[in-house]
Amino acid sequence: MRRLALRTIALGYLAIVLLGPLAMIFFKTFEHGFGAFWDAVTAHESIVAFKTTLLITAIAVPLNTIFGIVCGLAIVRRRFPGKGIVNAFIDLPLAVSPVVVGVSLFILYGRGGWFYGVFENHGIQILFALPAMVIATMFVSLPFVAREVIPTLREVGEEQEQAAHTLGASGWQTFWRITLPSIRWAVIYGVVLTTARCLGEYGAVAIVHGYKTTATLQVQDYYENFNQTGAYAVSLMLAVVAVIVLISMILIRPREVEAA
Amino acid sequence: MRRIVLPFVALVAALSITAFAGASGKDGNLAVVAYSTPKTVYGKIIQAWQQTADGKGVSFTQSYGASTDQARAVAAGLKADLVFLSTGDDLNVLVDAGLVDKNWDKQSYHGIEADTVVVFAVRNGNPKHIKGWADLVKPGVQVITPNPFSSGSAKWNILAADGAQRRLGKTDKQAQAFVKQLFQHVVSQDTSGRNATNTFLSGKGDVLLTYESEALTSRAAGTDIQYVIPRQTMLIELPIAVIKSSPNKDLANKFIRFTKGTVAQDLFGQYGWRPVNPAVAKKYASKYPARPGIFRIDDKIFGGWRTVDKKWFGPNGIMAGIERSIGGPTSG
Amino acid sequence: MTAYLTLIVILPLAAVVAASGEDGWAGFWAAVSNPEAVAALKLSVLIAILAALVNAVLGTITAWVLVRDRFPGRSIVNSVIDLPFALPTIVAGLVLLALYSPSSPIGVHLAFTRWAIFMALLFVTLPFVVRTVQPVLLELDMEMEQAARSLGASEFTVFRRVVLPNIMPGILSGIALAFARAVGEIGSVVLISGNNPFHTEVASVYVLNQVHSGNRSAAAAVAVVLLLISFVILLLVGGIRRLATRHEYA
Repeated sequence: MRRLALRTIALGYLAIVLLGPLAMIFFKTFEHGFGAFWDAVTAHESIVAFKTTLLITAIAVPLNTIFGIVCGLAIVRRRFPGKGIVNAFIDLPLAVSPVVVGVSLFILYGRGGWFYGVFENHGIQILFALPAMVIATMFVSLPFVAREVIPTLREVGEEQEQAAHTLGASGWQTFWRITLPSIRWAVIYGVVLTTARCLGEYGAVAIVHGYKTTATLQVQDYYENFNQTGAYAVSLMLAVVAVIVLISMILIRPREVEAA
Repeated sequence: MRRIVLPFVALVAALSITAFAGASGKDGNLAVVAYSTPKTVYGKIIQAWQQTADGKGVSFTQSYGASTDQARAVAAGLKADLVFLSTGDDLNVLVDAGLVDKNWDKQSYHGIEADTVVVFAVRNGNPKHIKGWADLVKPGVQVITPNPFSSGSAKWNILAADGAQRRLGKTDKQAQAFVKQLFQHVVSQDTSGRNATNTFLSGKGDVLLTYESEALTSRAAGTDIQYVIPRQTMLIELPIAVIKSSPNKDLANKFIRFTKGTVAQDLFGQYGWRPVNPAVAKKYASKYPARPGIFRIDDKIFGGWRTVDKKWFGPNGIMAGIERSIGGPTSG
Repeated sequence: MTAYLTLIVILPLAAVVAASGEDGWAGFWAAVSNPEAVAALKLSVLIAILAALVNAVLGTITAWVLVRDRFPGRSIVNSVIDLPFALPTIVAGLVLLALYSPSSPIGVHLAFTRWAIFMALLFVTLPFVVRTVQPVLLELDMEMEQAARSLGASEFTVFRRVVLPNIMPGILSGIALAFARAVGEIGSVVLISGNNPFHTEVASVYVLNQVHSGNRSAAAAVAVVLLLISFVILLLVGGIRRLATRHEYA
């Protein structure tokens, strides 16, 4: 009896807070038929926005992945001064409001900012252009791979790598043949989380974007221009990606737990 | 060592790609920074220009947002070739930043590209029977107007309220008291004119103070909005100017000339703006009712934007005081 | 690696801290004691705490149900919980607006009120406590509970005296993480709240508006306050974790 009550409360709560909104997206998107949805999603503005999001993600994810692996290895396997600080700073982007990094980019690269002159003299625009949007996205999506890799590396231990060393393998060979495969699923899981974060970023890019919009900014743009269909259409695409991410997470998580 | 250098180089390379991955048309690109509401009509005007010999092959990047915020963004480094803002006050921000020529208002039509007027947008059927400024301060009436420190539309609304009172014979002090009374009825101050429209459309408030062009634009988008032009209202003059440091000045000037020509002015007329070109304006006379008592920013009661800015919108101006007294925003 | 971290994380944060102090202590203090800033910060903190606490209770119940109960579709429910992590916040905001605006299909009109902000933050913070409590519950040895029951304790006493002390560190760190996430939230709030200064303007929107107004140092000052809050939370969570694991060696 109590079991049923608890189950009802939990499932009821989840239904209201999670499924309600999710269902609403589908409902609102197709309110005017599939044709309207298709037109909105294939409109020039939408396509450009999707492309921008993908470009930013294609840059941020690989770089953050490499950083995550390198950083994980350094923190778990090496001693170096300031290790604690590095560890703390990796977690910071998760706890910090995205507007903070937006403000920082104004201070660093805006007119009168720290590095404005340097880039301006070479005709390079950082703020109000793609580079600032990329840096902002890299900031907010930085921790994920590192945070998955670190505990896995700790669990896996160094014996295999040490064995490889004594057998004459070079550093690179050891890394490629032993270390990387042992953290494979942690890395993949981290990449999925990083990608999801990049695709969904809004607050930081909202401050620094100039003429370009990402998919998330385009949702707001359509809404502000009385184009509800457009806003919901792009939202639906993002929601579909979110669901794919969730499914990937279910599939990968057990493997990650197993491997460790 | 490689661990440090390699990722860093990769990072710099990636950022460089993005820095140069700008879109550019075959024959150049014009970057337009505009206030929050003219996106639709400007899209049409740009398309029309791209059909002409001057505009063929030119691509456009456009940004729309709250007028004062946009001016500050350009001053903060947002690269633009030309700006189409909603008040001369915002243009003066750029003059002071050295980005716009101080004689921008000596160009044709005083540097103005299109006009509109301050109107009251109301619910369908005008349930609260709002006809004039006095109706706005009746008990229970909720007014929507944007934040005057970020929006051009807000400034026009305030000056229209003030000017209307002056037109009715009130003194300067009495008019200011009216504006204060009006703001006691304000229930929302969004960043931009467009945001205020969306707030109103979402069901908040009884009346929205906005541009006539905005009321028409949202009606054309299928929304359920009605508007009233008060007998005493202000002529909203929308300026356009080239950015001095733009590498595409000639192209930008060609485009500006086009926007003041018959084709573009006709498009303005079609989409809700009052044309400045007299011949085209005559054609749309029935769509845009005249208001004989209409007043302008250069009238004696105002004395132009510089005077008005100091008096009303400066850090120690009248609006700062009013906002403080009602617990509203004192910055944008 | 440190060069990367410096460029992407440390430099920006240092810039914000430095800019906040541009006008000295007086300038910093003026910026953060500005009535509108104070109102925005208060609002963000208040609603974030509220949402975190509500999700603490319901999240614990949800974790309990997921770990201890068996029902069809349990694994699907388990993964749907991560939806707020995967769904872009602006999308969440848009649909919340559709659900709770004056033209709401379910007749609930919360848009442009503080309740709307609460609903948005509730969505955004939902997974946190669930995910911090779940692993603890999974590890928990049921023997102690069974022993207590056999000694005559009621279900409620069993929960209160046996289970709760063990999952409390998990609940607390979940609350802290949820709060840190919610206090800086912008995407899901920006459309539905109306962003009215002193009424429904949250701290992050205030910072955004200050940046757009060209008040960089004022924006940086409030951003620093948000940063400090996050820092304190991170330390707290670290402390809770250490306190919890200290038990294991006791």
